[in-house]
Amino acid sequence: MVEWTDEERAAISDIFSKLDYDEVGQKCLSRCLIVYPWTQRYFGAFGNLYNAEAIMNNPLIAKHGTTVLRGLERALNNMDDIKNTYAELSVLHSEKLHVDPDNFKLLSDCLTIVIAAKMGTTFTPEYQASFQKFLSVVVSALGKQYH
Amino acid sequence: MQTCAVRPSRHSTFTHSTSATGYNMLTKHEKELIAKIWDKMIPVASDIGAECLLRMMTTFPGTKTYFAHLDIRPGSPHLRSHGKKIVLAIAECSKDISSMMVTLAPLQTLHAYKLRIDPCNFKLLCHCILVTLAAHMGDEFDPVAHAAMDKYLSAFAAVLAEKYR
Repeated sequence: MVEWTDEERAAISDIFSKLDYDEVGQKCLSRCLIVYPWTQRYFGAFGNLYNAEAIMNNPLIAKHGTTVLRGLERALNNMDDIKNTYAELSVLHSEKLHVDPDNFKLLSDCLTIVIAAKMGTTFTPEYQASFQKFLSVVVSALGKQYH
Repeated sequence: MQTCAVRPSRHSTFTHSTSATGYNMLTKHEKELIAKIWDKMIPVASDIGAECLLRMMTTFPGTKTYFAHLDIRPGSPHLRSHGKKIVLAIAECSKDISSMMVTLAPLQTLHAYKLRIDPCNFKLLCHCILVTLAAHMGDEFDPVAHAAMDKYLSAFAAVLAEKYR
């Protein structure tokens, strides 16, 4: 059971309140595919990923980015039981999508950086720590059903 | 399935020295981009360096164990001077990335024999450097700049760790 301080809950809620899921989702997923190109292996059916510009303009990637952010919102709304909230998603990523769980961390690093670029120095070290704690719980929950 | 070229694993501390020099990893354009970004950081090296360190120690508290001899409170002169050293070393190296192995030789020895920082921590600092750059550069720290910088910092960290064993 993860313990959250009031400050951590407040920081994480505040960050989410500032996010446009369409914008941040698209930026985060496309950045991951550009910075860590091997992650493209999971997106064979998504059309043109030939170069950075193609990835950044790809509507299927943008749409999937929104899906990812909506998934994170579920964790936000169930912060005291992320593990169970994500049980099905974990099975999906393991059994159906066959995603190497190391990739979850890559995507979460990209999301942190997209948010830093958006919030500037209001994304303080304390905000970063809280948000990364949240993401590490999410990443752990997503990896739980792998065996 | 896309075949992967040899790339430094995010988990391994030691990489093949050819990839570590950046010869194969960075294009000419990427090297210029990296040098340009770090050149802008030189006048604010203390601020940027202190922020990188503070982000790292706040997000990854285990890293504080290496700083027990310093005052690491926000704004402390120790944090600023130590941060400045790190930023200046990274900036200096970025001016001639192809010579990284030569430029970093003294720092390799320092880290291997004196500081003995577990190299897994290098990637934690590298991540916080990327976050700091993003926070200060905003949209200018676009995916292409991010990718180039991540590769450069990974190579830098790998070279630093080369004399460990």
